[in-house]
Amino acid sequence: MIEVKGLHKSFGDAHVLKGIDAYFEKGETSLVIGQSGSGKTVFIKCLLGLFPYDKGIISYDGKIYSDLSENQKRDLRAEIGMVFQGSALFDSMTIQENVMFPLRMFTKMSKSEMEDRADVVLKRVNLDDAHNKMPSEASGGMQKRVAIARAIVNNPKYLFCDEPNSGLDPKTAIVIDNLIQEITDEYQIVTVINSHDMNSVMEIGEKIVFLQHGHKEWEGSKENIFKTDNKAVTDFVYSSELFKKVRKMYLEGTN
Amino acid sequence: MTYLSNIGLYFLMIKEMFRKPTKWSVMKGLILKDIDDLVIGSLGIVAFISFFVGGVITIQTALNITNPLIPKYLVGFATRQSVILEFAPTFTSIIMAGKVGSFITSSIGTMRVTEQIDALEVMGINSLNYLVFPKAVAMMLYPFAIAIGMFLGILGGMAACVYGGYTTLEDYITGVQMDFNGFHMTYSFLKTFVFAFILATIPSFHGFYMKGGALEVGKASTTSFVWTSVVIILINYILTDMLLG
Repeated sequence: MIEVKGLHKSFGDAHVLKGIDAYFEKGETSLVIGQSGSGKTVFIKCLLGLFPYDKGIISYDGKIYSDLSENQKRDLRAEIGMVFQGSALFDSMTIQENVMFPLRMFTKMSKSEMEDRADVVLKRVNLDDAHNKMPSEASGGMQKRVAIARAIVNNPKYLFCDEPNSGLDPKTAIVIDNLIQEITDEYQIVTVINSHDMNSVMEIGEKIVFLQHGHKEWEGSKENIFKTDNKAVTDFVYSSELFKKVRKMYLEGTN
Repeated sequence: MTYLSNIGLYFLMIKEMFRKPTKWSVMKGLILKDIDDLVIGSLGIVAFISFFVGGVITIQTALNITNPLIPKYLVGFATRQSVILEFAPTFTSIIMAGKVGSFITSSIGTMRVTEQIDALEVMGINSLNYLVFPKAVAMMLYPFAIAIGMFLGILGGMAACVYGGYTTLEDYITGVQMDFNGFHMTYSFLKTFVFAFILATIPSFHGFYMKGGALEVGKASTTSFVWTSVVIILINYILTDMLLG
């Protein structure tokens, strides 16, 4: 479990995170949503240790991040998988080498063992025949799947995804969403997704944390989000006519 | 103030580069790749420039010796001294600041823009050790390229001299062998090692700490070339004064 208490972060005079409390359970797909500039990316980057935070506590399974030594932080990071918005694949390596990269860095596996493990995860993300392609030769959806394969190859305990659907067509986006949810359930990992894609919210939002102006404005599940009358949430989630209609139908159906 | 802060950040980067070393089996591959990209890949341009610059020095020297009392073998002597002391180590290094430096800045800068450096850091990898250290080690072979440059510079001078009819082959060789001081080679290679370190680290600094997108990668490459050249020229002055002054 990842637990966050009273997290504050400022950049100069800009107070971006203003005391956020949240917890993320294993085996559960959690989404952090909010408008652009609400502090989602900063929040995720603080969780990952990419940004030092000013105040508050972040703990990974009871281990308080700020109390860890540099070596302990490195060990913890080896248990984290991350899917970046732009996939962040190493463009000088083939797809197979990208997936094998964490194994080369952190394990003592032989080359054939690493190749076998890469085969398993590439199959898991439905990429059986792309081993020798370079990232530049892969489509956006394929690159996202490679990024997921790389993130899970080392059996991480925690998986972070920064807008995993951005730039993808709706069908591929749903495939990626479902893949992340299946992997979360199958490997029992703590998954935190940073998104502003409402389809993802409705599809896989087992837990949703809504941020606004650096505060946690609302928390709940995809079922709760239909029923909430929190104005900030409804203004954000149901900003399109389509979602307004979906909500209306949902509420009429349940009454 | 920004300059001071950047100088401080540069030295912190150097310190960080030696911490948390990457696994040797991985590092070995990175060093070999960087030797290929940075040193072996530069041999062609180093050879080409050295040969023709050596030729030009010879022609200019020969054309400026108009007094019949000055022996013609001084053409070979002047070429050797110019090539060994300055043209091979310093002039070539400034050209390398453009070739190798902009390659390093743009490749690391692109990794920054596309979040590949963030990906390394999230995995718990010391990205400075992973990216910059192998380049600094690979560049320690750069003096070999300069040695080839010295040889070809003197050879180019000889070709220009003989085929241009400025002096005889015997005179040129006599001049090249005259009053040879071994310490000049030590001085030259010592500063080449320093330049090699500068060529690896200053462009890496500009790529690693750049912010923005594709346009900024281009700007960082230009800034990197300017600063690498300025530092090479300054260090050249200081080392020359210290070692030969």
